[in-house]
Amino acid sequence: MAISRRHILGLAGALSIGAMVAGLPGTAAAWEPTKPIDFIIMAGKGGGADKMARLMQAIVESEKMASKPLVPVNKSGGSGAEALIAAKGANDPDHTIMVTLNSFFTTPLRQPKLGIDIMTFAPVGRMAEDTFLLWVHKDSGIKTFEEFLAKAKADGNKWVMGGTGKAQEDELLTEYLNNNFGLTIKYVPYKGGGTVAKQLAGKHINSSVNNPSEALGFYESGDVVPILSFTAERLPLFPDVPTLKEKGKDFSYGMQRAVVGAPGMSADALKYYQDLFHKVYTSAKWQKYRKDKSLFGDELTGDPLKAYWDEQRERHRKMLTEMGAIK
Amino acid sequence: MRRAEIITAGLMALLSIYLMYKSTELDIGYIKGEGPGGGFWPFWLAAGMLLSCVWIAINWVLKKSPPSQSDEKYLDSYGLRMLLLVGGGVTAFIAMCHILGFYGAILVFLIYYIRFLGRHSWPATLAISITTPVVTFLFFDIAMRIVLPKGYLEPLFLPLYDFFF
Amino acid sequence: MEILGLLMDGVFIALDPLNILLMLIGVALGLFIGAMPGLGSVNGVAILLPATFLVPPASAMIFLAAIYYGAMYGGAISSITLGIPGASTAVATTFDGRPLALKGRADLALVTAAVASFVGGSVANVLFTAFAPPLASVALDFGDPEIFALMLLAFATFVGLGGDDIPKTLFSIFFGLVMASVGLDIMTGEPRLIFGDITGFMHGINFLVLAIGIYGIGEMLWTIDSTRGNLTMTEAVLSIKRILAACRESIKGWKGTAIGSFLGFFVGILPAAGATPGSLMAYGVTKMVSKNPKEFGKGHVGGVAAPEAANNSASTGAMLPMLTLGIPGSPTTAILLGGMVIWGLQPGPLLFQTQTEFVWGLIGSFYISNLFALIVNLAFIPLFIWMLRMPFTVLAPMIFVLSVVGGYAATQDMHDVWLMLIFGVGAYLLRKLDYPVAPAVLAIVLGPIAEPKLRQSLLFSSGDPMIFLERPISGPITVIAIILILLPLFKLIRDKLKGKKAAAG
Repeated sequence: MAISRRHILGLAGALSIGAMVAGLPGTAAAWEPTKPIDFIIMAGKGGGADKMARLMQAIVESEKMASKPLVPVNKSGGSGAEALIAAKGANDPDHTIMVTLNSFFTTPLRQPKLGIDIMTFAPVGRMAEDTFLLWVHKDSGIKTFEEFLAKAKADGNKWVMGGTGKAQEDELLTEYLNNNFGLTIKYVPYKGGGTVAKQLAGKHINSSVNNPSEALGFYESGDVVPILSFTAERLPLFPDVPTLKEKGKDFSYGMQRAVVGAPGMSADALKYYQDLFHKVYTSAKWQKYRKDKSLFGDELTGDPLKAYWDEQRERHRKMLTEMGAIK
Repeated sequence: MRRAEIITAGLMALLSIYLMYKSTELDIGYIKGEGPGGGFWPFWLAAGMLLSCVWIAINWVLKKSPPSQSDEKYLDSYGLRMLLLVGGGVTAFIAMCHILGFYGAILVFLIYYIRFLGRHSWPATLAISITTPVVTFLFFDIAMRIVLPKGYLEPLFLPLYDFFF
Repeated sequence: MEILGLLMDGVFIALDPLNILLMLIGVALGLFIGAMPGLGSVNGVAILLPATFLVPPASAMIFLAAIYYGAMYGGAISSITLGIPGASTAVATTFDGRPLALKGRADLALVTAAVASFVGGSVANVLFTAFAPPLASVALDFGDPEIFALMLLAFATFVGLGGDDIPKTLFSIFFGLVMASVGLDIMTGEPRLIFGDITGFMHGINFLVLAIGIYGIGEMLWTIDSTRGNLTMTEAVLSIKRILAACRESIKGWKGTAIGSFLGFFVGILPAAGATPGSLMAYGVTKMVSKNPKEFGKGHVGGVAAPEAANNSASTGAMLPMLTLGIPGSPTTAILLGGMVIWGLQPGPLLFQTQTEFVWGLIGSFYISNLFALIVNLAFIPLFIWMLRMPFTVLAPMIFVLSVVGGYAATQDMHDVWLMLIFGVGAYLLRKLDYPVAPAVLAIVLGPIAEPKLRQSLLFSSGDPMIFLERPISGPITVIAIILILLPLFKLIRDKLKGKKAAAG
């Protein structure tokens, strides 16, 4: 009871102080949030994007970087369509930011009805680029990419690749392998990367293209083996795993982990969030996480980030068209 | 009751047909080599709803289910009044959340219900109606960080945020 | 014996004063969060995750696990006192808990729930301690066909749940299953059943929206109508003596507790299944083996004990694949997993070897948190009973407010609040005509698991449904499920035949 009475007194105090402050002439200080910030996550609870968003929120909170809390809201509906629409229609764009992944590019392309132009979003910062590896189970006996190709070719469409979602990153990569190496791998979509990792460890599927953070546990126990990396250079964490480039294909693919502001965000607010996430990026915790999970992609912000979006959008348009997912 | 039973079954059958129609936006068939298409599950289950409605109608004709034998009124005058006062009150409450925000709407709804439907005294009414939004605010907005919409009352809350965060 | 030694070390770690304090706070917080309709352990854990940076990882995990435990106990409280399941795991608790409360025996129901939860949690802890690594490999063997077979079994145990009106029960199940498919079709990546192109439907229909609508708004309207607005919820008088008497009486539910404890654990360790199917199946099985199945749904102690024992047991079970495989068995464990990653721990098969102190400290804390949760829960029962003694014209609007706020909090979308109102009024109107509503809630919980598993399995087998019967684990489960589904039909035919014979003879 004592607590609630104290809180009520506090409330009364706050109201009177607030009234006084409101009466004072405004100062020309930098823009500051005046209320809790909506922190939309373009994916469901517990997934890779969600983990990263909550880590950012935790860093902001534990190092007291912002005067108002970030309030995470998961909007995973329609492969991110729901989140894009919520951000576009935000009634206070200065207090609405969003964590995005590659569905930021693919979903507006696949669902043009939504009327989303990603270039209208405010470029706060790209915090990392997640990497993709090709994994198989150790009992398959496969050690190299060449052995994988031979085995997968022999099995035809009995060879099953598990992945997250439909017409998204994992399927794009599978499709790439099918088209460029003459394979007919069957793709089975699952809800999240963790489930895919488990399916592989339980030998229910033959291969996966998990992010390292999703498969690391089973890798360390020796159940699953990485045989190929879809990055431009070898990953420090997996120095023995060759890249696709070394196999003669000029192709690399990453997953953007970027924070964007709602369309219509004011320049002052954008500056504030750019500074805020720059602080997050340079924090020791974030840097350690990047290293542990073998993330690529340096910080990008402002116009370079927009240029990156433009490039990625065109690239995904091409990939999706080749796949037949869009016309 | 007897008439309500068949009307409801009819309405539910219409709902089932609509759901079936809506499901056909995706493939409702069994794709060879892949299994059921995207609309398979909702379409055939909605078809199941429709069949259930037909079965209910047969029971109605045969007078097998209790409501199809009852002469009681489906909604008597008390039921109708209650539905309008209480159900209407809740509907207005939710509508007000858009304008006054949750906290303002809770205050108004509680005063309406406790004072005008419950006929409790004004002091009791006000005590409960004011305490509830305050406690809810402390629990949701402050402790749980679930920010409830404030509608047009938003500016009133800005100093509170400054105080608590 | 080695395990006992490790466990003792773990208990010592858990008994560190800081950890004890965190456990007490966690359990109490969890209890209230769980008791609030619309909020469950997943909200509590997600919201408090950032706060855990202030303490070492082991303590942080112990704190979050305590919230998880507390919330599991708490879910039963709103199921019993308000009739609204606080979380999907507590749906089955309403079936008998609510009738008991209406009979004025809310105290008995609450005590039974607490005791059963404790037993369930304890059994699960022992199983967890003794068999964690071998069970982890069992969990890995469960692929898509196995999970689908399990869902089929969950439905089968529930065939008898509806009323006597078969077409209306079927209607309710089908309706729930169709509603479960709204949103995104994960197999094709296409939006599905987006009524009127309203974006709110894109995230699907959350179980809580339907459950709060039916049990919060619908139930209230129905109660006001059927009692003409004059109702005192319970006459329960508070005294230590009564609570002790209730403790003794709750032993009558031992069968349910036992079934729930074991069944819950085994369903809980399977990824994707989790505590909700576990508690529903425990209820169904307890009813099936009971000598008086007719008493279920009217306030049978066993009907409260079984789901509560099961959901606690299952939540401990769900920790197992998370710790040993790095695979979350429920949304809450998914967040816990995220937390572990943030603290720099790598969950997975090696965790037991590389982080011995962390793992055993956590397991030790399960035992202690469980005990604390029981004590805190029993201590708060008088408060919950007192709430029920408020005049109905005060309690009813409070429940409406809780429903609306809870409906919003679940998904933070006004769209869902309106949907909840529609479901509520609809449920009230249908219920007047004897449509059972519980099967719809069950269906919307199980549907989203069952459908993708069915289709993933068929994609594997290139469309051949024999996959469910051929595999060593899914085969027997499927057969049992089909027999259970057909059983009532056989009974019906047998009764008919008997009836004919009797008429002829």
